[in-house]
Amino acid sequence: MSLFSRSPWILHYDGSSCNGCDIEVLACLTPLYDVERFGVINTGNPKHADIFLVTGSVNERNIDIIQNLYNQMPEPKVVVAVGACACSGGIFARAYNIQGGIDKVIPVDVYVPGCAARPESIIDGVVQGIAALEEKRKKRAS
Amino acid sequence: MNTAIYGLLFVVLAPLFGGLLAGVDRRVSARMQSRIGPPLLQPFYDVGKLLQKTTRQVNPVAGPLLLGHVVFMAATGALLLGGTDLIFVAFVFALAALFLVLAAGSANSPYSFTGAERELIVLLASEPFFILMMAGVCKVSGVSTFGDVLAYPQWVAPQLPGILIAFLIVATIKLRKSPFDISTSHHPHQELVSGLTTDMSGRLLAYVEVAHWYESAILCAFMVLLFNRSWPIGLVAFGIAYALEVLVDNSTSRAKWQLVLRSTWAATLVLCGGNVLALFVIGR
Repeated sequence: MSLFSRSPWILHYDGSSCNGCDIEVLACLTPLYDVERFGVINTGNPKHADIFLVTGSVNERNIDIIQNLYNQMPEPKVVVAVGACACSGGIFARAYNIQGGIDKVIPVDVYVPGCAARPESIIDGVVQGIAALEEKRKKRAS
Repeated sequence: MNTAIYGLLFVVLAPLFGGLLAGVDRRVSARMQSRIGPPLLQPFYDVGKLLQKTTRQVNPVAGPLLLGHVVFMAATGALLLGGTDLIFVAFVFALAALFLVLAAGSANSPYSFTGAERELIVLLASEPFFILMMAGVCKVSGVSTFGDVLAYPQWVAPQLPGILIAFLIVATIKLRKSPFDISTSHHPHQELVSGLTTDMSGRLLAYVEVAHWYESAILCAFMVLLFNRSWPIGLVAFGIAYALEVLVDNSTSRAKWQLVLRSTWAATLVLCGGNVLALFVIGR
């Protein structure tokens, strides 16, 4: 197990989510799930983060913000789209101001389905994100 | 020659001590919040990972400055245990902290810059204490190096009660604990994003972490200095002080800078100043 899998730091961004997924993301940090057991930290700073956790869909207003946050994260990095809206736009997909899922603006590595996504599936998504992170690190090293 | 070896040992062993202490801290904090918490070696995993990440420098001067921060932190401990004059050690300690302020100020992010400004304020708040502490220790023991104070046949702590209490207040600043962690803006409370370290990534952030491990070890050495007759008792005293800091950290919210400056200066002036003044008056 490499150091990346022992210390994944997360940046959480809420696109145009209804906050359902955001509450579930925060639930992962509470005593019931306690993801800090696995070294996960919710950093709030893109320059410290390894995993970009996005909830909600992309709208006209947040395209630049999502790209900016993604670009500020140092390599290697992965993106985890949490919830139906982040995966495809969800029930807002055909709204006039919605572009669609997060993969419309930045490359997404892991899709976590659900409305709202359950904490268990979010943790599972992060674990898969760690595997993707590890692959990227190996690719960079070789 | 013996003392130089102690200095070198500090440079090698202090990061291990500081890192483990940070690991224990995170675990104890988690338990206080009814969580299980990360593994004991988590701080080492974090720094190892940061060294493997890409480092992005906003300003190329940040790298050398942060390296200076680590080197001078290590030097502070090495000089202390190596038998240099205690007052000189206090000044090198301040210099080491100043490197971090310069590095954070060199980035043009408003968060980083505000963090640097706040760090200057907490430096201003904490530095007089260390100079008065050293003056008090020197006055009581009549000697001015770490080794000589430890060899002094009487306890210095009973004559420095004010300084011992003020140590707890200033250690809150130096260990970056709430309510006095205004410059770093640590993980759960991020009103400044990450304060000082907002623009530091990869290797640079690893430097800051390692320097902080040295800083914790230096504070421990200061506690041993106050409990000069027996270093195990000094270590236990530091352990108790650290446990209190973790408790305060978990049960208070961050203060405004005015409160930090006023309360620290009041404690330094009344407790330390009064203590040192009393030593001079009674000592006559």
